[in-house]
Amino acid sequence: MKITSNRTRAYRIFSLIVLIILAFLFIFPLYWIVTGAFKTGQDIYAQTPHLWPTEWTMANFEKLFSRRSAPLFQIGALVGPTVPGVIRWLVNTVFMSVMAMLLTCLTAAMAGYALAKKRFVGRTLLFSLIVCAMALPKQVILIPLLREMSALRLWDTLWAVIFPTVGWPFGVFLMKQFAEGIPGEILEAARVDGAGEIRTFATIVLPMVKPGVGALAIFTFINSWNDYFMQLVMLASNANYTISLGIATMQAETSVDLGLLMSGAALAAVPIIIVFLVFQKYFTQGITMGAVKG
Amino acid sequence: MKKLLALALTLAMVLSLAACGGNTTTEEPTTDDGAGEGDAATQEITLWTYPIGGWGKEDVVDELMAQFEADTGIKVNVEYLAYADGDDKVNSAISANGAPDLIMEGPERLVANWGVKGYMVDLADMLDDTDKAEINAATLASCTNAEGKIYEYPLVMTAHCMAINRNAFEEAGALQYIDEETHTWTTEDFISAVAALNDYYGDTVGAVFCKGQGGDQGTRALINNLYGGTFTTPEHDGYTWDDPANIEALELLKGMDGIDFDASLEGGDEIVKFYQGILKMAFCWNIAQQLDPNAAGTGAGKTITGDDIVFMSFPSETGESQLCGGVWGFGIFDNGDDAKIEAAKTFIKYFCDSEHTADAVKAANYFAVRDTAEGADLSGIWADNEIMAEYNKLMPYLGDLYQVTAGWAQARTSWWNMLQDIGEGADISSTVETFMAEANTAAAG
Amino acid sequence: MAKQPKSTMSRALVRRETISGYMFLLPSLIFFIGFVIIPMFTCIFYSLTDVNMNTEGMGNFVGLKNFIDLWKDDTFKEALWNTFVIVIVSVPTVCAFSLWVSSAIYKLNGKLLSAFRCIFYLPVVTGSVAVTVVWKWMYDNYTGIFNYVLKDGLHLIDKNINWLGDPKYALGCIILILFTTSVGQPIVLYVSALGNVDQSLVEAAQVDGATNFQVFWKIKWPQMMPTTLYILVITTINSFQCFALIQLLTSGGSGTNTVMYYIYYTAFKLTEKAGHFGYANAMGVILAIFIGLLSALQFKLAKEK
Repeated sequence: MKITSNRTRAYRIFSLIVLIILAFLFIFPLYWIVTGAFKTGQDIYAQTPHLWPTEWTMANFEKLFSRRSAPLFQIGALVGPTVPGVIRWLVNTVFMSVMAMLLTCLTAAMAGYALAKKRFVGRTLLFSLIVCAMALPKQVILIPLLREMSALRLWDTLWAVIFPTVGWPFGVFLMKQFAEGIPGEILEAARVDGAGEIRTFATIVLPMVKPGVGALAIFTFINSWNDYFMQLVMLASNANYTISLGIATMQAETSVDLGLLMSGAALAAVPIIIVFLVFQKYFTQGITMGAVKG
Repeated sequence: MKKLLALALTLAMVLSLAACGGNTTTEEPTTDDGAGEGDAATQEITLWTYPIGGWGKEDVVDELMAQFEADTGIKVNVEYLAYADGDDKVNSAISANGAPDLIMEGPERLVANWGVKGYMVDLADMLDDTDKAEINAATLASCTNAEGKIYEYPLVMTAHCMAINRNAFEEAGALQYIDEETHTWTTEDFISAVAALNDYYGDTVGAVFCKGQGGDQGTRALINNLYGGTFTTPEHDGYTWDDPANIEALELLKGMDGIDFDASLEGGDEIVKFYQGILKMAFCWNIAQQLDPNAAGTGAGKTITGDDIVFMSFPSETGESQLCGGVWGFGIFDNGDDAKIEAAKTFIKYFCDSEHTADAVKAANYFAVRDTAEGADLSGIWADNEIMAEYNKLMPYLGDLYQVTAGWAQARTSWWNMLQDIGEGADISSTVETFMAEANTAAAG
Repeated sequence: MAKQPKSTMSRALVRRETISGYMFLLPSLIFFIGFVIIPMFTCIFYSLTDVNMNTEGMGNFVGLKNFIDLWKDDTFKEALWNTFVIVIVSVPTVCAFSLWVSSAIYKLNGKLLSAFRCIFYLPVVTGSVAVTVVWKWMYDNYTGIFNYVLKDGLHLIDKNINWLGDPKYALGCIILILFTTSVGQPIVLYVSALGNVDQSLVEAAQVDGATNFQVFWKIKWPQMMPTTLYILVITTINSFQCFALIQLLTSGGSGTNTVMYYIYYTAFKLTEKAGHFGYANAMGVILAIFIGLLSALQFKLAKEK
């Protein structure tokens, strides 16, 4: 007995050490982006890496904010003040991510409920389609989608990125998992009480799948914030760029100016990380519940 | 506290949503507005430009466009492309019927690619005999396709060269191998210099970069010039990479200590390594780079470590090399809207053939393709610039503008793939054979 | 749970359920059909035609020509193989690694646990575009930190390794980045699955003298099966999301081409094949079949358990 417990303890300590090393490796890229954004050119290009800036500078951000410019917003004839391109990119990204998040949560919650609780014709077929389409990379439908967006006159607008995100059926799949946990008796009782479909959904179903909706919301938000491929194909003008597309384009334009790239990457990553840290609790709750029930 | 934060965040999101909500829906029609309104209000056209000297810099271009709008009433919306993904963007725009009105690049794209595929407007009617006499004949020929259609109105040109780190050469005792007066050296000099540098630094001093097509004019010029090989036939109807002189050059480079075939670098990355002082020579260089201050702010013509950069011709047996030329100008995409094509032509006339041409050329940091434009003398615009005057020494070495050869796009892809394979140790002559065949198939159509 | 046998449902009820079901599905279906299903079928259709960038409409029907050409295209075969390798390598490693990390951290106290969970989730949140900026530097042939540590720090190598330029390493490098951006969610899931394991069974087994190892495989592992399957599904989806890494780091060179990248390359890069949409869509169809088989396999596994 004694030997085993010693062994167990040794293993525990060993694994903790490995974990701490791994944790450093996982944090490192982020650490490097954030410190790199404040390093001077000399530091960044030094042949032996400088782990800590020898001199803190805002020069990279100054350069980032003096690059490109676009109106802050444009609503019809109403054009906002001219701001640095990155600010507009951030505004676009927030708009895109929030829009995708809202639409996805609403449509997926409704559809997930129907798939889980309604016995309708074509349900199995639909569900198989959803499962099959879930893993489908966007590259497969790239060309038809591009032509479709062009025909709908949505190409080079943020909607061309938002709509396919909403159409991606992962959310429906996730919400179905949650909705399956709703006891049928409650729904039955509501029906007997004479509650209409919409009222049942709003007052009974929604509150019960709330953790799922929360998780899906954060998930969709992060995913569309970080998506790059659809944006690359669908957005052409600088004023419609998102932050990841903007940074990627900058990366294509200047591999020379690593400091500028770091500051851009920091600006792209830090807001989303803050969002994640703030809502982290709901997120972990939500995704685990969905999976365990599945 | 957390709830408050969440609330504030949501509020901010909803606000921004409201702000942009209208935007995208209402903004979208404005993209097609120009057509209907035509000459009534201000006309709008779009220009997509690759980073051609200052034409890739917003402040420089804004100034030119403001002047243009004030003079003609035509508003130009400019988008900036990068070489790494610019082609993809133009191609997806074409597929989505959203190609720009104007595009600024060289004949290898405007003529050999989009021109051949029928997306461009023939600009032949813009050039009268005076223009044809004024514009450098070889340059104009490169902008013209086999049927005499001109898809690019050329503005500027240069000869691509290479560069060396003077301080490193000095320390390694390799300065004796270059002629700083004429900026030339021979193949033998090159071999001795690399050996000296490699002895001194014990590491890679020059990279045959082959991650992609970016900056490949450098590797082409290096390999062709070492023993006097050619890249294409003189008639521009096929590729001649299996020329024994090219094979010999490839074998030399492959066997050299200090020269590395590097599939993780493109031209742009190579320049970074050169700026960092790691590579002691850069094969992807030209006058615009020589004039451009680097990212670390140590000044033009200096590396980040503060070493002096000297531009050099590529080494060849006689020292008199054939340099690859770059020609840049404007092309018009045929979007089926005559009013916009007219406006685009006004734009081209304004910048390529008027008293404003001098500004447009200066913005690009290259040499004008013509001596005079509507009576304005262009030959002296760089007279006050010492570096440009010095660089003019290389211009006589400007070689054949072969980038209009059929199948050009495939040839560029095959070229870097070939270099990658050779770098990985594949047999040189058979590898060259395979990839040249690929390019020639494309050339045959 | 609320399953009612179909036979007992009246016709009217079926009709009512169907109508209300589709009412709820409608908003989602508009997007799903409009932006996934229709393009998917168009893709299949295009794959049988010679449609290209020039064609306004549908192009000419060419039968299976595109597929036959693909069969002869070595680049495509390489890309398909690489795609397969990425999935085969990254899915099991991500699952195994996250299982190990979770089992090591799930008993830690709350603060430490959530700290670790966050750290492993960070690369997911940071996003692949921002992350590539750093990784490109870390892998750098001349000044990268990997070479610096291995050569100047640990003296394990005496010549710098060209990580992204050497076909021996490049694909592995891409998989490593993909790995760091994939383990976050599985860890969160496994941690909670381990926490939910029925403790009475564990205790009973321990009383019977079972070793930790036996407890894990005999008691905990079966109970975590649903979680594992879910993780398999999301990790597989994730491993197809490596486009940004390849586009930004290697442009498909040094043996890192994948079908996802090759489709884009064929459609929009300035090469001789550029704009051959029929050809690109044929690749899409093959990729979709490949993924369909994979998902079918996973769901079959799920059904059996």
